[in-house]
Amino acid sequence: MNALLDRLFPTGHTVAFDGHNLSGHAASAAGRVHVIGTRDRAALTTDMALKLSQAVLDAVRADQASGDPRPIVFIASTQGQALSRHEELLGLNGYFAHMARCVDLARRSGHRLVTLIHGEAVSGGFLAFGLLADRICALPEAQVKVMDLRAMARVTKIAPERLEALAQTSPVFAPGADNYARMGAIHALWSDTDDWPQALRQAIDEAGGEDRRAELGRERGGRTLAQPVAERVAGVPLGA
Amino acid sequence: MSRLQRHSWFEADARARIAGLVDANSFRELCGPHERLTSPHLAVLDLPVAFDDGVVVGEATLDGRPVLVGAQQGEFNGGAVGEIHGAKLRGLFERARRTRPAAVLLAIDSGGVRLHEANAGLIAISELMRALLAARADGIPVYGLIGGSCGAFGGMGIVARLCDALVMSEEGRLGLSGPEVIETVKGVDEFDSKDRALVWRVTGGKLRRSLGDATMLVDDDIAAFRDAARSLLARPVPARDLAALDADQRALTQRAARHADARDGLDIWRALGLPEPALIPMLDAADFNRLLAPLSPTEAA
Repeated sequence: MNALLDRLFPTGHTVAFDGHNLSGHAASAAGRVHVIGTRDRAALTTDMALKLSQAVLDAVRADQASGDPRPIVFIASTQGQALSRHEELLGLNGYFAHMARCVDLARRSGHRLVTLIHGEAVSGGFLAFGLLADRICALPEAQVKVMDLRAMARVTKIAPERLEALAQTSPVFAPGADNYARMGAIHALWSDTDDWPQALRQAIDEAGGEDRRAELGRERGGRTLAQPVAERVAGVPLGA
Repeated sequence: MSRLQRHSWFEADARARIAGLVDANSFRELCGPHERLTSPHLAVLDLPVAFDDGVVVGEATLDGRPVLVGAQQGEFNGGAVGEIHGAKLRGLFERARRTRPAAVLLAIDSGGVRLHEANAGLIAISELMRALLAARADGIPVYGLIGGSCGAFGGMGIVARLCDALVMSEEGRLGLSGPEVIETVKGVDEFDSKDRALVWRVTGGKLRRSLGDATMLVDDDIAAFRDAARSLLARPVPARDLAALDADQRALTQRAARHADARDGLDIWRALGLPEPALIPMLDAADFNRLLAPLSPTEAA
């Protein structure tokens, strides 16, 4: 993780680790930014969700005082939510919803939100945090999914060979950052040879505004129905 | 008031729930079954499709006030969210931002993402979350209703807790990972999904009401859900500013500390000081609410 941060922020950062959580500040090509996230494919618990929410609230509060809402760079590395009866009993879904509200507050307070997917971003752990950013970029080798194809075959009772074959042509169910890019939910796939500080600067510059992922999914051909169906119900063009 | 004849919310389908929830004959469906919006992703797998893709959305009035309503069909694929299903719900919230109804009512009955179109479903729920939060920020209250056989799990469990208030019946369940998933991955000792009493003590409406996740607990009766929705419409909309989220952060932190060792709803009820926790699952809504009244659990308590 330190190697990643050093490459992203060559002029310096003060990111501290607390178990699987990380938070701090960094100097980016677009100015000073907040850095908040998780590492090592964390299974998100109520405790980790509270730390993420607190970091976002602290960032909003800090910049409210100065009147200059700085961008927040989320680092998403999660295998999904922790699977535990205790966590469910506490209402893990509500802790995630609180996290989502905090991210939304940050957006409304003027912070540009960029997510970098490192390692893996899975399901519930991704949904209420990284996936809510304005701009989402996948680092090389990043894996994005709801569930493994084999587990999916078991649950849906469809032969794994058939799912494998379909996955060659359809981006809608098989794991893969490229599939999410085709569907409009990942804006850019970074390669190992890219200039990451420059790519981050571009992502920050382009972050903001309404949710245009469905439009992007239609342009890229991976998700053609979401935009027209939502517009039919809304009765207006979206993002107008 | 006693009701001689109850119409079960649990047994009803999405259209019957809406019909009983809003003013008589006031519902006008948007993108209804005649438009035949069926999932191409299910069709390619030779699986059954539904003309509404498992969700009913539209406009209505409640006590004469305009509302938007969405109701999931638990009987179709467990109410799971695919590309079209999710887009209809997202569209409903985008419509709300334009038409500014008195509220959006969301009758949730869903296990979360539809695995047959998993990526599309996950993204759709993310878009639904953003649209819901945007409508909220525009001052339009969003109220959730949970009492169907699929409860509210996965991404829809998160969506449920983004609502300004939640009405639940004991039969309704709310969580993130379903008991079956936890049992499959972590073993039966962690969570025995066949122990139905345990499942309800961990995810059911009474436990959720006790913690403040649910705002109201009602009996499994469509008229009771309607009465609850009417009373919510009369309430002020809670703030979601920095101070409010700070307060939620404190409450959720306290909850985790207070119940650090809890593994069963019984542990929570005991810690809350409720008399005879073991009898709580037997109580009807009125008796349970009386028992809980001195605690008056608030949002995120």
